[in-house]
Amino acid sequence: MTHPTAVEGPTTAGSGNGSPPEDSSGTRRPRRGWASHARDVRPGFLVKLALVALANAVGLYGILAAWAVQSWGILAFLVLALVAVDWAYFSRRALAAKYLVPGLIFLFVYQIFAMGYTAYVAFTNYGDGHNSTKDDAIAQISEQNERRVEGSASYPLTVVTQGDELGFAIVDDGQVRVGSAEQPFEAEPDAVVENGSITSIPDGDVLSFVDVAGRQSEITQLRVPLSDDPESGSIRTQDGSTGFVYQPALAYDEDSDTFVDTETGTVYSPSGGGNFVSADGQELTPGWRVGVGFSNFSAMFTDSRMAGPFASIFGWTFVFAALSVLTTFALGLFLAITFNDERVRGRKIYRSLLILPYAFPGFLSALVWSGMLNERFGFVNEVLLGGASVPWLTDPTLAKVSVILVNLWLGFPYMFLITTGALQAIPSDMMEAAKIDGAGRWRMFRSLTLPMLMVSVAPLLIASFAFNFNNFSLIFMLTGGGPNFVGTPYVVGHTDILISMVYSVAFESGSKQYGVASALSILIFIMVGLISWIGFRRTRKLEEL
Amino acid sequence: MRRSIILAGATVTALALTACGSGSSDSAESAAPEATESAATAEGTLTMWVDDTRIGEMQPVVDAFTEKTGVEVDLVQKASGDIGPDFVAQVPTGEGPDIITSAHDGLGEWVNNGVVAPIELGDKADGFAPAAMAAMAYDGQTYGVPLSIENIALVRNNDLLDETSATTFDELVEQAKGAGTEFSVLIQQGEESDPYHLYPLQTSFGAPVFAQADDGSYTSDIEMGGDAGHAFSEYLAKLGDEDVLDISIDGEKAKQAFLDGDAPYILTGPWNTTAFTEAGMDISVLPIPSAGGEPSQPFVGVQGVFISAKSENPVLANEFVANYLTTEEAQDVLYTEGGRTPALTASAAKVDDPILTGFNDAGMEGAPMPAIPEMSSVWGFWGTTEAQVVDGQADADTAWDQMVDNIQGAIDAG
Repeated sequence: MTHPTAVEGPTTAGSGNGSPPEDSSGTRRPRRGWASHARDVRPGFLVKLALVALANAVGLYGILAAWAVQSWGILAFLVLALVAVDWAYFSRRALAAKYLVPGLIFLFVYQIFAMGYTAYVAFTNYGDGHNSTKDDAIAQISEQNERRVEGSASYPLTVVTQGDELGFAIVDDGQVRVGSAEQPFEAEPDAVVENGSITSIPDGDVLSFVDVAGRQSEITQLRVPLSDDPESGSIRTQDGSTGFVYQPALAYDEDSDTFVDTETGTVYSPSGGGNFVSADGQELTPGWRVGVGFSNFSAMFTDSRMAGPFASIFGWTFVFAALSVLTTFALGLFLAITFNDERVRGRKIYRSLLILPYAFPGFLSALVWSGMLNERFGFVNEVLLGGASVPWLTDPTLAKVSVILVNLWLGFPYMFLITTGALQAIPSDMMEAAKIDGAGRWRMFRSLTLPMLMVSVAPLLIASFAFNFNNFSLIFMLTGGGPNFVGTPYVVGHTDILISMVYSVAFESGSKQYGVASALSILIFIMVGLISWIGFRRTRKLEEL
Repeated sequence: MRRSIILAGATVTALALTACGSGSSDSAESAAPEATESAATAEGTLTMWVDDTRIGEMQPVVDAFTEKTGVEVDLVQKASGDIGPDFVAQVPTGEGPDIITSAHDGLGEWVNNGVVAPIELGDKADGFAPAAMAAMAYDGQTYGVPLSIENIALVRNNDLLDETSATTFDELVEQAKGAGTEFSVLIQQGEESDPYHLYPLQTSFGAPVFAQADDGSYTSDIEMGGDAGHAFSEYLAKLGDEDVLDISIDGEKAKQAFLDGDAPYILTGPWNTTAFTEAGMDISVLPIPSAGGEPSQPFVGVQGVFISAKSENPVLANEFVANYLTTEEAQDVLYTEGGRTPALTASAAKVDDPILTGFNDAGMEGAPMPAIPEMSSVWGFWGTTEAQVVDGQADADTAWDQMVDNIQGAIDAG
């Protein structure tokens, strides 16, 4: 259990710029122009210059790269970010911005953009069968439904250019024929053939392998009609050296935005669901992404098979998060009080040892525990319990107990650390006064230690609750959510919490449903936000002691 | 407050990041292929995803191709389970690979998502085993070049038992128990069981997953329900009860137990036998005896090579896949380096290894792995239910019925 110890805040980028020149003398008016800089060039300024230059170099590279792939959104963002960075670090009025800009940029990239994108996906049907744009879908449907004419020959083919126009030259019955997109194949008796391949044609060039490699998509998209009769099909090539005759089975009509079956005449028109659909309900795949309103948000509640398990997972998530905080806090507090007593010998050694579980990566510990709790081969059953077969991870109730216990092992050092710190901050004279007043140990703990502790620890407990609410890695690594529910439309289990259920819906239950998963993520976000908000409002009362 | 919001936001949006991670940050990378193309020095570079068990045999093939044509092929190692899903996720963003190697069972899903390009092999298709070519086709269109054919069979440790006369699976278990080892017949399981390894038993009860049309292609009509399905489910419960099957024995543990001489038999594929022979074990490969009276058919999987629908180097990719990997030369190298039955008939004729021949014989009866997209809805429910039945968590018949309902529901919804 990795605890939320990282503090968001001003980064220390651009060292040296924190101290404006002559800060001690307190110059009121900002000096103008470059002259001032020239006068107080200090090592700090040089470092700043180097760092900002580096940022500019990276940013410019990014802008050029974005330009090359025509990602205008990224390009615009990079330009704005770069301007902001340069302004912040070279303007004298932007002292606050100097601290905030790096953090703000990262906040935007990693938080706001990601959240915005999640929200966007939540309102679409992004997932299996709808995973790209409409243009992609049209291109792919055309491609998949272009069929080789049955029983037609394959032709040795050479890619040629006539003027600017790309064309094919084929050998048909020992005779060379040349054609292009506009010009059906015509015999070309003057072409030169060596060893079965065409080496030159009159008024045109034969493309070498290098040239072919440079114009690949043009070549694979080229269709040269076999003859004036469109029914005879057209030649295309995939490898630049063999041509086959193709005939489209579905033709796309741009004006009416429909696909038409060339044999039966069935018309497929785009539907609101992001598919081309015929009048009798036949869908063409792939489809494309479209907005679906709030239906992803209600998906969990409208499916009757999911209602029971969802309620169970929902409840377990709260129980898990609450119990995790309570058990780890109780054990951590107990140990902290114990080792806070000066009569305990070797406290430093004990304290260091107790921190160990916190020092191991949580992913690893959970995985190791899942091995140790294996029913048949696990260390716990095999060695500690002398060959018993306790179904630690496969019995629904016991699996939940195991999850809590393992999380206790992972999480108590954190609580131990923070309570040890908080305990030492409680003034000892208060305790002595209480003792003189005749308060017993329990009374002192209830009325003094705990309330004093809560002032500083309560916000951390709430943060810990929020963290455990989304403790995906523990569940995923330890039980994988299992043992699974019987008869649910998604593969979800008794120890699944909301976030691991989201993962299961998005990736593990057969067809991927990113839209539904994103919608659920947002619901979780709102829930955690709400709980934290209420929690922090409550803690303020504690501070009024 | 602020911190917790940020924290919650980070966790929540981790999902979105994985889904769209390549969207914003990789702009620099995507510029690279553009540059190589416009430079038009003879060679483009193809990116190819290969799983860890195949990258070794693919490397010499790729090197030979590069020497021949000057086209570089960049092999990227991926976990075999990630190749299909990542292919679906990345191709639409334009960041995906040009080529992948994978078992054919994801093909339906790829076609449905529009990420795989059709390939026309012309006469070259005749050189391949018909079953292998059939596996590369979906809805009447060919999408890949088959490399090798794989299926599971019964592997015997000859030091523990030197002959197998059992005609039914029960007799086999009985005989295996006579060997006095900790396990009898190992079939790898796991938290989500393993429908693939249990499939020979299932088909021997006459309960194939989907109905097959006359030409061998699968329809989406579920066939594993009903009485035959119940009989198999009850048999699973019985094997679980007798501790022949145990969901705590996953693939690694089963392999290790067999290596340690703790079991006379294991149901496994050619990917594990190399490890057995390398450890100096004397093994034989046999067909799997029937449990329910009908022939036990393992899934036959075909490893193939597929080209991305949005490859920026379609001509080079076709040159490599359709024109080079279909040659006897390439398939021979794949066989000698990887030890898997080649899909090209001419190369397969050269196989003389008794272990591989044993797998081939067991696969003769086999059923092709369904490649229809419905299959992706099946695996999760199938494995989960089998695990519950084997472990005795659920009643065999009701759990099986529920599973069939769920799969039907998922198919209807999809």
